[in-house]
Amino acid sequence: MSQSAVAEIPLQPGRPRRFLKPETQTAMLFLLPSFLGFMIFMALPILASLALSFTNWQLIWTPSFVGFQNYIKLFTVDPAFYAILRNTLFFAVEYLAVNIIVSLTLAVWISSLKRGKAIFRVIFFLPTFTPTIAASVVWLLIFTPDGLADTIIRALGLGLPNFLLSSSWAMQAVVLVTLWANVGYNVVMFNAALDLVPKHYLEAATIDGANAWQRFWRIRLPLISPTVFFATVMTAITSLQVFDEIFAMTRGGPGSATATLGFAIYQKGFTNFQMGYASALAWVMFVMIMALTILQFHMQRKWVHYDD
Amino acid sequence: MTTDPTSRHPHSVSADRRRILRRIGSFLSYAGLSLIALLFLFPFFWMVSNAVRSNAEVMAVPVRIFPEEYQWGTFVEALVSLPFGTFLLNSIIVACGVTAIVIAVSCLSAYAFARLRFPGREGLLLTYLSTLMIPQVMLVIPLFLVVSKLGWINTYHGMILPVAFSSFGTFLLRQFILGIPKDLDEAAMMDGASRLRILVTVIVPLAMPAIGLLSLFTFIAQWKSFLWPLIATSGVEKATLPLGLTLFQTQQGTAWNYIMAGATISMLPGVVLAIVLQRVIYRGITVSSGFGGR
Repeated sequence: MSQSAVAEIPLQPGRPRRFLKPETQTAMLFLLPSFLGFMIFMALPILASLALSFTNWQLIWTPSFVGFQNYIKLFTVDPAFYAILRNTLFFAVEYLAVNIIVSLTLAVWISSLKRGKAIFRVIFFLPTFTPTIAASVVWLLIFTPDGLADTIIRALGLGLPNFLLSSSWAMQAVVLVTLWANVGYNVVMFNAALDLVPKHYLEAATIDGANAWQRFWRIRLPLISPTVFFATVMTAITSLQVFDEIFAMTRGGPGSATATLGFAIYQKGFTNFQMGYASALAWVMFVMIMALTILQFHMQRKWVHYDD
Repeated sequence: MTTDPTSRHPHSVSADRRRILRRIGSFLSYAGLSLIALLFLFPFFWMVSNAVRSNAEVMAVPVRIFPEEYQWGTFVEALVSLPFGTFLLNSIIVACGVTAIVIAVSCLSAYAFARLRFPGREGLLLTYLSTLMIPQVMLVIPLFLVVSKLGWINTYHGMILPVAFSSFGTFLLRQFILGIPKDLDEAAMMDGASRLRILVTVIVPLAMPAIGLLSLFTFIAQWKSFLWPLIATSGVEKATLPLGLTLFQTQQGTAWNYIMAGATISMLPGVVLAIVLQRVIYRGITVSSGFGGR
């Protein structure tokens, strides 16, 4: 029987093709580069990161399995962890709220103009196409002691300390710079969505006596709510990962006033070489991102309107 | 419809007044937004204004808005005698390298997902999509392990390959290819063209708007990128512009005028692209938000 099977193969050269149709073979070839890249640089690292978070790997000696010890240490022993968590959430909540309010306001303002919309859109968009590090370095100069910010604060008699030297104000500087560097993307996105709101809806509402305030809350905001939802989710995800501004401006300081999760992962991993511990921190961040996203998808039923 | 002249007169006065009020309102609206826009642009001005003065003047108290003496030579010095020329070259190589790979890989996989039927297609697509949620800082630790094991630290391929396989491009192009009529590929297939030939000669030319958009966004994302170059390199030899700015900051203390010159150089391509391609970006953001929002 085995002999006849061996003999059969050269007689039927087309046989293997029955298992993989030509179209499937082509698809496999086309997907090969992206799949290899996905496996080597995405799937494998994710699994490795999870595995590492259960080890005490410190780059020099070989890692050994320590179970949940890293996570237990995080939540019960590490005195810095809750401060880091608080900083991260504080930044994310404040930045998200300010970003959405400012970008919506600017987008509505721009869309109310008859001419020059494109110019204003481009102006607010410019920083989003520039390196965050470059923007941070410029703001670092603005906030330098006795620099421009201090001069303005003194001239206005505000009595505020130097932002980057004050543990209670440093985070506000980070929020401001992140806002400047990124708000334009949402401005353009909301502006595009507002421009798609059918004119006759607004005209009908005006005839019915609705003022600008009511037209915004009752008509335009509900109609662009899918876009606002998308922007909120994306902005929240990126704000939990904030890193560049903090690296360039404060390195987590003064003290640990601006040490966020993103910065702590880098610091633990690549300054202290505690790769296992840093991986555990990274998974805490991932769980936070997932939880926040699920929460937002859950809440969208209450305020997002889809007209399909 | 009233013919009484006494009642017509006040009516037209109030209409005039309303028109005047509206014009004042419009003027105030433009003035207010222009003021905000100018404040918003100020950091760009401050950067250039400090790039063209001596470092002593940057640090001088009280602060001067305009330089006393314009030193345009800082740009040349930063590029020629300081490593900013190297940083610029590295930034260009990495951003272009990643963009080229992303386009090639995404075209192939997007075509497979949009046009070819094979078992497990939807599942694989969903798996790809789920990776868009993964924070980069989480991947950086194991990627560093992979790249250092391969001996790729401080190499261009070590900086390029690990970040060149984001699945965003696959989705963007797949959505676009789905909108291209199938008759076009079928006609080419009748003529005996292979799938690869159809992709290159039929689909790619038609998908150029989407490919252009993907190139632009990938290039800018890489141009801005900081975390991976920071991990994958050491020293100045392979540093990109953003990395160079921070290296310079620590190495030279407070050579602010050169840092500002370097920051200006690093911002220039993005600013020019944002202005020149504003229509493309505007449409692109609409497309990508619609595609992610629904």
